[in-house]
Amino acid sequence: MADLAVSLPAGKGSIGLEASGPRGPKPRHVFSRRNIFLYGTLIVVALYYLLPLYVMVVTSLKGMPEIRLGNIFSPPLEITFDPWVKAWSSACTGLNCDGLSRGFWNSVRITVPSVVLSIAIASVNGYALANWRFKGADTFFVILIVGAFIPYQVMIYPIVIILREIGLYGSLSGLVIVHSIFGMPILTLLFRNYFTSMPEELFRAARVDGAGFWGIYFRIMLPMSLPIFVVAIILQVTGIWNDFLFGVVYTRPDTYPMTVQLNNIVNSVQGVKEYNVNMAATILTGLVPLVVYFVSGKLFVRGIAAGAVKG
Amino acid sequence: MSKSERPNQLFRNLNAKVASIPMVLTAVVIFVGGSAWTVLYSFTNSKLLPRLNFVGLDQYYRLWSTPRWLVSIENLLVYGVLSLVFSLVIGFILAALLDQKIRFEDTFRTIFLYPFALSFIVTGLVWQWLLNPEFGIQGVVRGLGWESFNFDPLYNSDIVIYGILIAALWQGTGLIMCLMLAGLRGIDEDIWKAARVDGIPTLKTYLFIIIPMMRPVFITALVIIAAGIVKVYDLVVAQTSGGPGIASEVPAKYVYDYMFFAQNLGQGFAASTMMLLSVVVVIVPWAYLEFGGKKRG
Repeated sequence: MADLAVSLPAGKGSIGLEASGPRGPKPRHVFSRRNIFLYGTLIVVALYYLLPLYVMVVTSLKGMPEIRLGNIFSPPLEITFDPWVKAWSSACTGLNCDGLSRGFWNSVRITVPSVVLSIAIASVNGYALANWRFKGADTFFVILIVGAFIPYQVMIYPIVIILREIGLYGSLSGLVIVHSIFGMPILTLLFRNYFTSMPEELFRAARVDGAGFWGIYFRIMLPMSLPIFVVAIILQVTGIWNDFLFGVVYTRPDTYPMTVQLNNIVNSVQGVKEYNVNMAATILTGLVPLVVYFVSGKLFVRGIAAGAVKG
Repeated sequence: MSKSERPNQLFRNLNAKVASIPMVLTAVVIFVGGSAWTVLYSFTNSKLLPRLNFVGLDQYYRLWSTPRWLVSIENLLVYGVLSLVFSLVIGFILAALLDQKIRFEDTFRTIFLYPFALSFIVTGLVWQWLLNPEFGIQGVVRGLGWESFNFDPLYNSDIVIYGILIAALWQGTGLIMCLMLAGLRGIDEDIWKAARVDGIPTLKTYLFIIIPMMRPVFITALVIIAAGIVKVYDLVVAQTSGGPGIASEVPAKYVYDYMFFAQNLGQGFAASTMMLLSVVVVIVPWAYLEFGGKKRG
């Protein structure tokens, strides 16, 4: 393995350059043509990816006069936090002028129960599918997975009717149910696959010792599968926080989640456009998933690799 | 916790069945029932409220003669093809670059992937600001002295869909890169060794050996991108609200607007049924390839 690690980069790296024949390991220079090309490209691309974040932050720290005069890439001459304060507590959407804070707390009140409920349902579900298979269970599971690809637009209106019938249309609880429903396919898949990969003997031993469905779930499966729960939490927190469509369909203006309120603030047609406030509001809305992303690191990648199936 | 000794067959089934009620309800009522309901009502002339007055294919005739729908479909096709091609190509190239045993790989990957954590609303609003003709990129370049520089995709109906594409690629390529990187890492090092011994140039090795070997990864990526394309909605709402005029409308927005603003439910149902149809056209061949007898790679 060690010699591979040394000899491979020389051969693999010459993209677009001449083929390097089998001449043995090349001496590795820091400033070889390959390295300049490789790191140069990566750094340029990285700058492109970072640019919007930079512009967002810089714009949100400037005053409006400076924005009108200067260019969006220049750092602020005079740093001001007023746009942040205004975005949080007094930006207007329609008649309400209490800022994004309302949307933030709505989003919290939507996200927390949705994450808990959807994971509780899906983990028990995946456990039943992995260890307590009953006749017909796999059929429903296949429907569930295939259903994950149906465009939401097809199911939006029937759900409106169902929620209206049970009196939850427009409420936060209704939205929590919707998130639990649409989180189910991917989460069930995630948990089912994880529980299936656990040693069968463990389950059998617990059965012999007399543990039942819930006993095994709470005493054995749950404590042993904390990593997958963390992955599921990451997946759900970012997914639900970032949702827009369900928020706009199933809630009323006073229960709008943060994304919907943000869009209303920035794209409102009345009043003078305050770009610095808009950008501060945009960062505030993106902050929660960004923090989740930077804190969770590798687990986030695992989460999205699993969540990617959701499409 | 119910702790029964040696649960009998009925009891064991009962617990698992109780636990599966949400799944069964979701699968049957929402996914199957909801879709069937929408398809059924797409053949009615429902306006403000859903009614079972069947009018045959009238809604579909009207749909396909509405300019806004035709623009939506055209946009979706342009956006779809380009985002498929660019996502796959950029995602693969970035993954290949990161796979060169470079230093700071984690840093680069973190940077390429972070936009994926952001919502489409945030993405759309940031790019709306960057593409603002007065203050954004165009304004900056003009300020540098190039007065005739023109780059205002969001205000030009001919190219507005490319403005949305830029934002979408910024947000989504990181994910494809991650999938591709996992795929590249899954390829045996001996393949590279053999290719080197045979004197095959790197580029050729990628094109003719590695990419064909990564077929499953490409198919997965393809399905993910395709499913995302059909659903594109938030990004357009945030970035352009479908404007200028109707130049950047997409089907998902058409459905939403007809159901909840225009109070023309029948049109909304017909349009969403067309969306369902397009997904079926993509998914069925994939499911056939993926699960039709062959083992998953």
